[in-house]
Amino acid sequence: MAEPERPSMTLLGGPVGGEGATEMGPDTNTLEPAPSTAVSPGSEEPPGDAKKKIDILLKAVGDTPIMKTKKWAVERTRTIQGLIDFIKKFLKLVASEQLFIYVNQSFAPSPDQEVGTLYEVINFSLYIMNKDKLLINYISA
Amino acid sequence: MTDDKDVLRDVWFGRIPTCFTLYQDEITEREAEPYYLLLPRVSYLTLVTDKVKKHFQKVMRQEDISEIWFEYEGTPLKWHYPIGLLFDLLASNTALPWNITVHFKSFPEKDLLHCPSKDTIEAHFMSCIKEADALKHKSQVINEMQKKDHKQLWMGLQNDKFDQFWAINRKLMEYPAEDNGFRYIPFRIYQATTERPFIQKLFRPVATDGQLHTLGDLLKEVCPSVITPEELDGVKKNQIMIHGIEPMLETPLQWLSEHLSYPDNFLHISIIPQPTD
Repeated sequence: MAEPERPSMTLLGGPVGGEGATEMGPDTNTLEPAPSTAVSPGSEEPPGDAKKKIDILLKAVGDTPIMKTKKWAVERTRTIQGLIDFIKKFLKLVASEQLFIYVNQSFAPSPDQEVGTLYEVINFSLYIMNKDKLLINYISA
Repeated sequence: MTDDKDVLRDVWFGRIPTCFTLYQDEITEREAEPYYLLLPRVSYLTLVTDKVKKHFQKVMRQEDISEIWFEYEGTPLKWHYPIGLLFDLLASNTALPWNITVHFKSFPEKDLLHCPSKDTIEAHFMSCIKEADALKHKSQVINEMQKKDHKQLWMGLQNDKFDQFWAINRKLMEYPAEDNGFRYIPFRIYQATTERPFIQKLFRPVATDGQLHTLGDLLKEVCPSVITPEELDGVKKNQIMIHGIEPMLETPLQWLSEHLSYPDNFLHISIIPQPTD
């Protein structure tokens, strides 16, 4: 299994609250601008396959602390475990606290599954309102 | 023709004779004898090795014991993969018994998930089934089941009760008569020669022209490097293996999914280099 390196996820979009805002804040110079936010909704971009990164939407469940930034771009080859580690670090959870993630509101993906693989098999789902993003729910225990 | 149902039984009761040996650097108070066991192919290592653990812990001091893990020829064995898959991928074409090394120290954090209890295995197993049903039936079948049915699937596996498991699992194998198969086939393809964990894509059992997709069609689509022209001429470079057998590439995928899936409802397909001798 690939060793999950330090989180290299990049921030998507502007400050939270400005839903769908495309303006980048001045302090985003260290973060990779998200290509997808620049795309107008009407443009016909081929789905995920060609893109190096996957856009994901992280949503907390229950009383799990929320992440202020919900939209992220993740490398296709990052594993689910790598993603879990990132969220735990972001939420400053201690190592002993467990964090589970669910997709499709139905199952927890295998920790060694790559995000890109998950995106490809889940993209079909009717449950995902936001078709170009992978919706991931997380819950801590 | 024999009943296809017999195939389910044969798959369920597949066993691998295994010899467990304690790792040489583990500290023991007495010599640790190897331990022999027939491992069920469809189960998980940490689910069926309580006796192995007890056997080796008898000769060790309490303070030298931490979480048990297993290794074969230098590769840590992922407990969350079914045993049959681990064997097919790493040890087919070697002499039996399968020699597995047992460790109680230096848990390889990078390679293995922790398995603190049977509940962890159950959670993993049920998640796989749910993912498979999301692909097969948009989760409709698994969601319509009751909690006790979910439990019965797990207990069937845990206690090696074929009838108990299949009484429920057969519902997960049904599909509307007009569809000729599942929505998508839950499969994962593993290659001994790559670092990537596995390949998984959306693949339908039936082509747009109504023809049934075969195992060969699947490989051509998601793993074309395996189906080379030489391969089709009969010069085999790879073995395509499920449950220790090489199904014909002409086999319909839907049939394979119904009969050769593991209890987690996935077809776990290993691609390994053809032995040269």
